[in-house]
Amino acid sequence: MMETQSKVVEEAVSTGGKVVEIKHLKKSFNDRVVLKDVNLDLHDRENLAVLGRSGSGKSVLIKCMVGLLKADAGEIQVLGYNVTSLSAEKLNELRLQVGFSFQGSALYDSMTVRQNLEFPLKRNLGIYDCAQLEELVIKALKDVGLEHTIDQRPDELSGGMKKRIGIARTLILKPKIMLYDEPTSGLDPQTSEEINELILQVRERYNTASIIITHDVSCARQVSDRVIALIEGESKLEGTFEELRVTNDTNLKHFFNY
Amino acid sequence: MFSGIKFLIRRPNSLMTLTKTLIDVSYIYRFIIEFFKKAFSPPYEGREILNQCFSIGNKSLFLVTFTSFLAGIVFTKQSQPSLASFGAESWLPSLVSQAVVRSLGPLITGLICAGKLGSNMGAELGSMKVTEQIDAMEVSGTRPFSYLVVTRVVASTLMLPILVIYSDGVALFGSFLMVNSFSDSGFQLYINEVSTSIALIDIFSSLVKAALFGFAIGTISCYSGYNSSNGTIGVGKAANTAVVVSMTFIFIIDLIMLQFLNLIR
Repeated sequence: MMETQSKVVEEAVSTGGKVVEIKHLKKSFNDRVVLKDVNLDLHDRENLAVLGRSGSGKSVLIKCMVGLLKADAGEIQVLGYNVTSLSAEKLNELRLQVGFSFQGSALYDSMTVRQNLEFPLKRNLGIYDCAQLEELVIKALKDVGLEHTIDQRPDELSGGMKKRIGIARTLILKPKIMLYDEPTSGLDPQTSEEINELILQVRERYNTASIIITHDVSCARQVSDRVIALIEGESKLEGTFEELRVTNDTNLKHFFNY
Repeated sequence: MFSGIKFLIRRPNSLMTLTKTLIDVSYIYRFIIEFFKKAFSPPYEGREILNQCFSIGNKSLFLVTFTSFLAGIVFTKQSQPSLASFGAESWLPSLVSQAVVRSLGPLITGLICAGKLGSNMGAELGSMKVTEQIDAMEVSGTRPFSYLVVTRVVASTLMLPILVIYSDGVALFGSFLMVNSFSDSGFQLYINEVSTSIALIDIFSSLVKAALFGFAIGTISCYSGYNSSNGTIGVGKAANTAVVVSMTFIFIIDLIMLQFLNLIR
């Protein structure tokens, strides 16, 4: 396992600090073209926000990156792995290094918070020692500020808490890349602010590079080093938040003015 | 054959339904292949299979007990007058035991489990699918197919024969109470009658049939739940499909097994 990990890191470094590289990605569902031509790079320890309207294919993009959806055409390199041609075993190896925070948190509702966090540890790392499990779970929960919820069930938690626990569950495997799917959707401004703060803290504590899929302009402004605008299935504009804010592109102007 | 094709071409809806059914059959076939691949390759899910076995037994025990007991009583009460009119009342334990072991026990257990477990598995996996819980397992590399599907299908295949043995016992006990009320015959005599009228092949075929019922219920229910879509409507549809298709398959398997056993008997 360790050998594989170091190989992956070497490969990532050999691609010039780029941990993700996507070229000419296309994806359609039946007759509906969702992604026409998406190109993006993500560098080590960088926070990249992908901004776009609902239905513009943002979530499809990150699902293609972890092999949840199969791309129709194009190239996806993640940590040196070519996702489009990976075997099931290699794909699993890659997924262990990529954390995915779902829009609806996707906590396992038949389990408590503790069991949710223990689940990947037991199944991926084969850790069954109670003391070690407890230590890792508490640490991950402390990092998201929710250690007191350890024995609660997901239906007893608020939306913001669920998002944090979802993030803690992915962090427990110490991923190299975090993918956030609409981290602030459905949350009040104050909780959104807390989640944005958490995204920044995650990078500091875990040295992760992140892609943040969002239509929340304030989230993009607060957490991103760079922003890519996804318009009608194409990655059209790229730059810092301030650069994009003053652009003359009509689609994006509407977005920022809203 | 050609008239059948013409019939389908003239009715596009029938053609679409047929196409959809054939596509579904091909997907179920792939699903079953995937099941066997995952079931026989490590890591094995022993602990979760045991959990599922316990859950299946626990969920169905009361209903199986209740329905089997009533079935034993009703079948005996209905058969008694017919046998009495031929002066063959003493054959009642033999008749009931053969009916229970060969057909009634597996069928009742199969149908109860199709309703109880089928809806449960279909709805549970369906809601996990639409709330992205299965995707979350997939992206964290935790092999959801092995954990959710293989364990349930193996557990239902293992538990149905056990439940059938239990159901046979309960139905025969119910039947004994009825026989006892007609003729005051003792328990020992009843058991002797039952054991001489049941052949080993009856028990064996009944258990094989039960295992096939369990496999069908597990596979169909997991398939419909695991592949559900369209939010809450999809979850309801998955549960409904799981029950209806499982029940239909129980009768089909029963018929095929009957034909097969008639050939070898």
